[in-house]
Amino acid sequence: MPLSYTIAVIAIPLFMFLFLGLAGVKMSRKLTGVLGVIAMAVTTIIAYGVALTYFFGTGQDQVGADGVRQAVTVFNPAWLSFTDTMVVRMGILLDPIAAMMLIVVCTVSFMVHLYSLGYMSDHDGNAEQGFQRYYAYLALFTFSMLGLVVATNLFQIFVFFEMVGVSSYLLIGFYYSSPAANHASKKAFIVTRLADLFFLLGIMILSYYTQTFDFSQLVFGANGANDMAVAQSAIASAGGATFLGCSVMAWALTFIFIGGAGKSAMYPLHIWLPDAMEGPTPVSALIHAATMVVAGVFLVARLFPLYVLEQGAMEIICVVGAFTAFYAAAIACVQSDIKRALAFSTISQIAFMMTSLAVSSSNSAMIEIHGGTGLGYMASMFHLFTHAMFKALLFLCAGAIIHAVHSNENDKMHGLHKFMPITSIAFLIGCLAIAGIPPFAGFWSKDEILVAAYHKGFFWGLWMSMVAGMTAFHMFRIYFLIFFWKKHEIHTHHAPKDQPWTMTLPLIILATISIVAGFVPAHDLVTWNGKALETQLDWTVAGSSVLIALIGIALAYKLYYKENDLPERMKNGALGLWTAAYHRFYMDELYQFITHKVIFQGICVPIAWFDRHIIDGFFNMLASATGSASFAIRRLQSGSIQGYVYVYLLGVLLLAAVTMLCVLI
Amino acid sequence: MNLTLLMYLIPSLIMFGCGVYGFITRKNMIAIMISLELMLNSVDINFVVFNRYLFPGQMDGMFFTLFAIAIAAAETALALAIVINVYRAAKNVDIEQIRKLKF
Amino acid sequence: MMEIFNNPLIYFVIIPLLTLLGLAFCNNRGMRAIRAVAVTGAVALVALAIYLVCLFLQARAAGDTSEMILQSKVMWYAPFNIELALGVDGVSVVMILLSAFIVFAGVFASWKMNPLPKQFFLWFFLLSTGVFGFFISIDLFTMFMFYEVALIPMYLLIGVWGSGNKNYSAMKLTLMLMGSSAFLMLGLIGIYFHSSADGNLTMNILEIAHNDAIPHQWQLYLFPLTFVGFGVLGAMFPFHTWSPDGHASAPTAVSMLHAGVLMKLGGYGCFRIAIYLMPFAASELAWIFLTLTGISIVYGAFSACVQTDLKYINAYSSVSHCGMVLFAILMFNTTAMTGAVLQMLSHGLMTALFFALIGMIYGRTHTRDIRDMGGMMHIMPYLGVGYVIAGLASLGLPGLSGFAAEMTIFFGSFENADVFRRVLTIMGASSIVITAVYILRVVAKLLFGEVQDEHHRTLTDASWDERLSTATLIVSVAIIGCFPNFFVNIISDSFLPVVNALKDYFPVAGM
Repeated sequence: MPLSYTIAVIAIPLFMFLFLGLAGVKMSRKLTGVLGVIAMAVTTIIAYGVALTYFFGTGQDQVGADGVRQAVTVFNPAWLSFTDTMVVRMGILLDPIAAMMLIVVCTVSFMVHLYSLGYMSDHDGNAEQGFQRYYAYLALFTFSMLGLVVATNLFQIFVFFEMVGVSSYLLIGFYYSSPAANHASKKAFIVTRLADLFFLLGIMILSYYTQTFDFSQLVFGANGANDMAVAQSAIASAGGATFLGCSVMAWALTFIFIGGAGKSAMYPLHIWLPDAMEGPTPVSALIHAATMVVAGVFLVARLFPLYVLEQGAMEIICVVGAFTAFYAAAIACVQSDIKRALAFSTISQIAFMMTSLAVSSSNSAMIEIHGGTGLGYMASMFHLFTHAMFKALLFLCAGAIIHAVHSNENDKMHGLHKFMPITSIAFLIGCLAIAGIPPFAGFWSKDEILVAAYHKGFFWGLWMSMVAGMTAFHMFRIYFLIFFWKKHEIHTHHAPKDQPWTMTLPLIILATISIVAGFVPAHDLVTWNGKALETQLDWTVAGSSVLIALIGIALAYKLYYKENDLPERMKNGALGLWTAAYHRFYMDELYQFITHKVIFQGICVPIAWFDRHIIDGFFNMLASATGSASFAIRRLQSGSIQGYVYVYLLGVLLLAAVTMLCVLI
Repeated sequence: MNLTLLMYLIPSLIMFGCGVYGFITRKNMIAIMISLELMLNSVDINFVVFNRYLFPGQMDGMFFTLFAIAIAAAETALALAIVINVYRAAKNVDIEQIRKLKF
Repeated sequence: MMEIFNNPLIYFVIIPLLTLLGLAFCNNRGMRAIRAVAVTGAVALVALAIYLVCLFLQARAAGDTSEMILQSKVMWYAPFNIELALGVDGVSVVMILLSAFIVFAGVFASWKMNPLPKQFFLWFFLLSTGVFGFFISIDLFTMFMFYEVALIPMYLLIGVWGSGNKNYSAMKLTLMLMGSSAFLMLGLIGIYFHSSADGNLTMNILEIAHNDAIPHQWQLYLFPLTFVGFGVLGAMFPFHTWSPDGHASAPTAVSMLHAGVLMKLGGYGCFRIAIYLMPFAASELAWIFLTLTGISIVYGAFSACVQTDLKYINAYSSVSHCGMVLFAILMFNTTAMTGAVLQMLSHGLMTALFFALIGMIYGRTHTRDIRDMGGMMHIMPYLGVGYVIAGLASLGLPGLSGFAAEMTIFFGSFENADVFRRVLTIMGASSIVITAVYILRVVAKLLFGEVQDEHHRTLTDASWDERLSTATLIVSVAIIGCFPNFFVNIISDSFLPVVNALKDYFPVAGM
């Protein structure tokens, strides 16, 4: 399939958004859903065709003379010219990670489209109100996300960062009557906007020195693959300028990372993601688990050669990533809302990917010198791929459960294994995959991340292993609490059961992918420089990580498989810690304080007061001063003729007196 | 007894003073008009007297006085008409009370 | 004398005047006739504006690189060399296009104007005459005259057809703008008397710029006068306070025209007269006005965060966005100035859209207080969606106009390498976050959530005329947002003369 078909992959969702958005109201709800699914199916097929052609085709286009897989620019018209050199283009660029992301986005999006047919309907199969709008938004999101991953330049990524942000806003706030959804959507948008401001500043600084946005001039070499020499010259264009002791490029790249951190929910910009779970569950699966939240990782991976050269920025990413991984995993251990627990697990996993990219640098920075491997880069992208699959699976399972019991809280669930066997097994597969048990997908990718982390240093490796253990623990905690623990108490009219085929089929497909995805030869396909990477399983790392995961699972089994009072006792044993973790270490309260008390009460209200009373007051004072002066003078013009005559008479007498005096003297 | 100029002027001056005083102090429109007439008439007297004493052979001053009397009559009629209308509208001819057209 | 009628530009003034004449023959009971005349006038203006864009593109494509196209002039009052001099460059062309679209949308937004529709449209078209006249003139005096023609009708339009505290607002607006005109007139007279070194005084802007004869000392006096004179209309801090009150009281179409076009007169004048004619003073004094406009951007945005009246929110938002226009103009490079014009276009269209929607909502609920409303999306989905789109345009969503404009401004401003401008640029850029805060706040409060007032449940969605009015604006906003380069290409060359004039005094960074 010609690579230029990628245009269709982008265009179909855009068309569907406009079509469903404008004409959807006139159509029956079911029809819009079916149309949306069909369009997405077509998109997915084309995307697979393009990606497979890119990966396995042997055409001159994608594989250069030296056997390196090149970045192919399919289409790149100018969109907005700032200056002659700084031109924003909207184009399509395929390189290994873009092609991989095409597969990820389209697969998950298609699954979610299909699943939503069932999820967004009641138990009798009637579509909910706003069904058309929902599918229009999904199409908008898919378009934006695809536009992001095939971006040919940094600015295009920024543009689509905003677009996915808005789609996310619209979808989180899909149930717009609910105050919680409203609040969450606003929060998500504003937090990511704040991050995007930094992203923008980063682009400004970077483009000021390099005078370009194009990846082809920032990171890609003549052979179309990431090239250190090009990155070197891009960094050098700053001429060693520094700001506050750090090179300006380090600042720029750190700012760009902050932009990515906002979308990817890195600490301390993670606060929007748990709240974003107010949206419909399939949306959480698509946007807040599999695709949009990895945009930050994708961004850093895109500029990887630049980051490698600015180790300072890379260290920041490493520290932030490692801390976030631990922090989110800790919180996930105590959440009672299953979607929130999954959300924190997502944050932790994305932090894994971020860290993986960051630790990778210590190898690849010395690529030319020491023959390092860029293993972390590959591992990160691989984990991005596998994680998207099994996390989408977990979320869709959670959706099926929520749809069945009408609650997010795990104390309303318990013991569902008997009622929903397919969902239960699919969830188990997801948990095994994320915990990193071979041969499930997560094992392969996580193992490589850990190897890369141990490469950087023993501390980093140990830290990440610990987080991996916590991941296994908290995922199985949820699993056992939902499906076992105690007998299910039926709260609703009908007993929970497996959901209709539209919802079950995606679970089965994703579960299958989660089992086999680990065998995808990622080290051949998605390496940082397009060359295949020689890797073999490091059994010391792999063995220990499996062992840690098993310990985590065993612990979860002991605590949560059957109803017992051990969890309660543990909770009371460390009540302070438990409460703090349950309240997410009060980060939300801190933000609340800053936004409401400091910014709103401390800045906005005084400014508004100042405007009304000082500035406006000044102009009103001018007016009233003029007014009162006029009033004062008005007394003279009393309109009473008698008064005038009196004054006149006095004047006459005065004149007469003066005249007399003059005459007499 | 020989009538001197001053003997005419003094009553005229008193008349004029009364007029001015009345004009300034009275609040009733009719009274104000009467004061106005007093002033006018005192001026007329002056006119006639000065004519008689300064230019004995000529009649210009006399004619002007007649003119002034006629105009004063017309003006009084007009003013009275206004006063009556004001009275109809406001049931009042006190100028302190009639200040609708002010400002 | 008659040749001037061969110039298509003159018809931008003649058409509104003919419409005025047509309206004069209508009477207030014949609503149909009034509408017919008004729509004819508005459509003719839109058609003419599009024709003008084609003419302009054709001229440029044919290699006509003169600064202004379609120039012609007629001596009007010889003792003071006052001419009716016409001519347009890229900036004026897009401004005229913008005005035509907003007049068109404004006519439909006041479709059911009551009372006195005839008089309303009379003043409305008189105002348009002034606006178009201003954009087509290149003579100081005629520009000033049309400027005044555009301002004065505001007093009546707000005072008679307004709502709320309309007397106060109308008076305040008129007095503040008249006050600024006084400064402006002093400035213009000053420019006239220094317009030429050899005694051949002229009012023609191009000639004045060509002569470049204004002594530097005088520039330092005249520049602030002219800049402030126009800046007040551009809602420059601290002279912006007429804007919230004025907008809050003005009827829908007047708010649209005012925020959409009239405020642009300020930005256009600052660029065309103040900076172009007095480049020395502009570069000397830029720091003062940059600071003020920088404050405007952030200050307006912060103020908008706590307002509860829909119109106040948008008025403060206008202060912020228009501040960005003046801010960008003062950055003295082609990119930022192009961004300024894009921002004028974008702000004009989206604010007009905002005010149209607010007017329509207010017409139904009879309140503009967001605390009394909620869940409007359930009741009037069309207006709700329109409001969300306007909001997204305002907070800079790619694909809608605000984004392209703001990005051009920020990147252009950042080209200046000095710390002062950099800091201001970053400060200005931070407004995109604050904008998001207040836009989302009002969207959430007004449109989402539960219906607050049960009486609102019976309200109807937009009627066809309202749909047409808003759809025109939405489509325009989307077109600018999707194809910004089309407009950038029209606009950017027009800044070359200004930037060249500035080059002697201000080292333009980067390009």
